[in-house]
Parts: sequence; C-alpha cells; structure tokens
Amino acid sequence: MTAVTTKRPRQALSGRRVREWLIFLAFVLPNVALIAVFIYRPLFQNIYFSTLNWTLGSKFATPVGLGNYRDFFTSGEASKVLTTTGIFTVATVGLTLALGLGVALALNRKLPGAGFAQATVFAPYILSGYGVGLAWLYIFDPNIGALSAILRDVGLNSPEWINSPPWTLTMVIVVYVWKNLGYAAVVYLAGLQAVPGDLLEAADLDGAGPARRFFAVTLPLLSPTTFFLMVTTILNSLQAFDLLIAMDKLGRGARTLIFDAYLTGFKEQSQAGYSAMLSTVLFAILVVLTLVQLIVVERRVHYR
Amino acid sequence: MNHPMSPTAPSRRVRLTPLTVRDYLVLLLAVLIVVLPLGYMILASFKGPGDLATTDLVVFPEVWKPENYSEAAQKVPFGRLFLNSGIVTVVGAGLKVLLAILTAYGLVFCEFPAKKYVFWGVLATMMVPPQVTALPNYVFVSSLGGENTYWGLILPGLGTGFGTFLLRQSFMQLPYEVLEAAHLDGAGHWRRLWHCVVPMSLPSIATVALVNVVYEWNDYLWPLIIITEPEMMTLPRGLTLLQNSESAASSFGVLMAGTVMVLLPILAVFAFLQRHIVNGFTQGGVKG
Repeated sequence: MTAVTTKRPRQALSGRRVREWLIFLAFVLPNVALIAVFIYRPLFQNIYFSTLNWTLGSKFATPVGLGNYRDFFTSGEASKVLTTTGIFTVATVGLTLALGLGVALALNRKLPGAGFAQATVFAPYILSGYGVGLAWLYIFDPNIGALSAILRDVGLNSPEWINSPPWTLTMVIVVYVWKNLGYAAVVYLAGLQAVPGDLLEAADLDGAGPARRFFAVTLPLLSPTTFFLMVTTILNSLQAFDLLIAMDKLGRGARTLIFDAYLTGFKEQSQAGYSAMLSTVLFAILVVLTLVQLIVVERRVHYR
Repeated sequence: MNHPMSPTAPSRRVRLTPLTVRDYLVLLLAVLIVVLPLGYMILASFKGPGDLATTDLVVFPEVWKPENYSEAAQKVPFGRLFLNSGIVTVVGAGLKVLLAILTAYGLVFCEFPAKKYVFWGVLATMMVPPQVTALPNYVFVSSLGGENTYWGLILPGLGTGFGTFLLRQSFMQLPYEVLEAAHLDGAGHWRRLWHCVVPMSLPSIATVALVNVVYEWNDYLWPLIIITEPEMMTLPRGLTLLQNSESAASSFGVLMAGTVMVLLPILAVFAFLQRHIVNGFTQGGVKG
C-alpha cells in the first residue's frame, strides 16, 4: 500500500518516522476532524438525545431512559410507521429492480439510439427530489392534473391522491420508482454485459428458448448484481425524504420512519427527544442491513 | 466491470425482427415515460390561470405566459437563490474534492501505524445518513450562530467518505514507477501530490466532483433546517417557500417555473457530462 516510502528495517521511533506520521496527519486531519465533529459527535449525541423528554429549543430536558423507545413500540405508532416504511421500501425496491432489469435487457441489444435511451432513463436519478415531487404533484392533481384528465377520458374517476393516505403512498411510490429506475437499469446493464456470450450460445444449441435462457442462465448469473442493487436501493428508500415531503407535506400517507423523525422533531410538537429516538431506530436498521451485506459479500468472495 | 456507457455504432444495420421491434418499443416507452412529465412541467411553467384551472387536458398553453418566471422571482428572490445555490455548490463540492484528495493521498502514500482504522472510520460515515445527524448538528450549529449563514449551510456537510473511498482506490492503481522516479528526484509529498498523483487521476477526480456538485445542488434537508430567511435560501429550499405561499390551483404555473429553475441546470450539466455522472453514481452505491 505504501508505494513510495522506502523500506527500512524496524527500528525505534526515529525522528524521520515521526515526521512521516505527522505528514500523514496533516493530510487527513482536516477531513477527519470534520467527520468527527459533524458526523460521529452528532451520531452519539443523537443516541443520548433519544433518552430525553425534550422539546426543541427548550432549555430543560428530563431524562427518561428508554421511555421514548417504550412509548414508540407499545403505542401502536411503531406498527403504523414501520408498516408504511415497509410498504414503501418493498414496493419501491421491487418495482425499481423489476422494471430496471426490463429496460436493461432492451438496452443490452445495443440498438442504434440505445445510448440516448440509457442517458434519458438515468436522468431523473440525479434531479432534485423536491423538484421532481412538485412536478409530479401537478400531474397527479385530482382536479386539474393531466392524469385525472386522461383517466376521465377513459371513463374513470381520479383517485384522491392528496386526501386519501393509501393513494398518497401509492403516488409517492410511483414517482420514487420513476426517479430511481434508471439507476437500476444502468447497473443491471453492466451486469448483463458481463454475462459470457458462449454460455448463452451453448444453452441455445441445447435447444433452450429465449425465456429458458433468461431464467436458467442470465438471471442466476445476475444474482450478485441483483443483491448489490437490492441493498443499495433498500438503503436509498429508507433514506428517501425530499420527494416525500414535496408530495405529502404533512405526512398523512407517506409518513415513513425518516419522515416521522423530521416531522416530530422539527414540526408538530418539536419533540426532539422522541425524534432522536426515531432516527436512532432508523440508524440501527441501516447498520444491520449494511452488516448483512458485508457478511454476504465476504462469503461470496471466499466462495470464488 | 464493463463500461456501462458503451457507445453504440450508429452505422450498424439492424434487422427488423420481432425481438428488435419489441426492444425498441420498450426503449421508446421508457424514454417517453421520462421525457413526457418533464416536458409537461416545462410547458406548464408557461401556462396562465385559464390553461391551468381546467379539468381538460391542456398540453400546450393557449396563451403563453412567460411572466410566471418573473412572478416566481417576485414572490421568492430567485436571483439571490440562484447565487446561493451556486456558492454552496461550488464551494461545498470544491472543498469536498480537496479534502478527499488530501485524505486519499495520506491513506495511500504516507505511513502511519493505525492507518487502516483511520480508513475504516472515514469509510463507515457512508453508513450514516445526514438525517440521523441533523438534529444534534442543528442544535450545535445554531448555538454557534450558524443559522442563516453560508458557513452554517456548508461546513457541516464537508466531511467526505465517498470521495475519499473512490480516490483512494484510484490512487492505489497509479503506476509505481512514476511516483518512485519523482521520489528519487527529490520531490516531496506535496509536489508529488500536485505534479504526479492529481494529474494522473483527473478522470476520477472529475467523477467525484460531479457527484458532489449534483448532491450539493439538490441537497434539501439541511438547508430546510438551518435556513429560514429567504435571502439565504438555496433553490430547492426556496421552492418550499414558493409552495407554501401558493395555494390556489391556478398558481401551479408559477410553482412549475420555480421547479424548472431547480431542475434545468442539472439536466444541462448532465447532457454534457452524462458519462462521468453515470459512472460516479453507479460506483458510489448509496446517496442520491
């Protein structure tokens, strides 16, 4: 790893060696200090906050131990918020992966214009979630939106996207998938391009049709890509916020864990302690998911 | 990994088999699903109340009303917001890239006993979403008077795990001989960094820069929390203000004008540098 420094025998702390350490510190310290102050410090402070009964802006806080956690998990709010989070995550991840793979399969044929199609499909992924949410809010508007006009033309009434919580959640899921689909398509495309052609040819010679080739050869070979995408999109969905608040300002339908943490901490009753508890729960979920990913990837590496 | 953006040969003849037709239909559908809503948004930003407050499907405005843009600019100081977003994006992304270069260089080319742990400590931050640190950071930064200031807006987000990770990987692949030659010529760390390592790693640095530019421009939660004065808002934060001040259905025109101003700059950057941007985001995994 140390490419340039010359090798010398192990020795006691020499001046040169200490100097080299100091140089290292000079290089990394700005970033490390910022990380310590603005990521690790608040991360642990947040856990401490989660044990307080404390209103944001108030000078007084009462320690309540695990009271906030108990309230959350016993009041039925947990099941409500976690269900919304679960539905949002499972639906967005499932749809993003399935549709992304479909688009990737079409892109993989390398037809003229495929490059343009790929760039276009990817574009929403890098747009502001808040802006995208507003643009779609106009389309979904039950009275004046384009979607309601189209539905009316085919003889249907527009669902109450704004006032009915399940429909609001549906709307947010659709738009979130629209925004993230291109990411999955591009990653799947890279995976598809790594599928060896001779394997597919061999299957072809053995008389396997296109569907059979896809399910028996391509899909299994894509499983590492699918796993990678599943983890990254789950983590992304759990952190989705901008788009949700743009389309569902008060959190009536799409109140996921992260959205709940914002609304309870900074809006509504400004219950900072309770909000800190919610984001600690979210962080715990993220850590578990990341560890699962590391363990699985580790296994796969050894397997090869 | 294969390059995701492999260019397609335009001159190649394509036989029109049913499969080709099917794939073209899939691609066409996918492109339309992306383009139509964005196009509709741009058209809506030119619609007046007559074209907006109707239950009929109006695609093209009957009366074009570019005044939506000036109206949006009256309700929210959009010129100032543009400037703020520009400052935050350029300064924030620039400093992040610089910090990532320095950290990655130290991690790859300097000696330190606990280097591995420093690296893990930096890398692990990619697991911590900004939402988890938002509340304590708000309490801390506002206690220092950072509300409604540029430093309060930019500083807390500067520590970077993603850029460090990507550049470290890139630096480790640099040809050993060149760096050793520079070392033997008596070039110190600082010189080797700026005369050898950085010039040889420009594509990776550009990728990290672009990802951070997109991220800073779009960032919403932290500006939402730390900025309350219109004069100090970034563009996405200003949209919230516009959305709250507009409630009538006919005001969607003004709202869409504001939205176009947020989305279009990034789309323009993407149009020119899509290959780098796609690469950066697909390598980065999380964040978006």
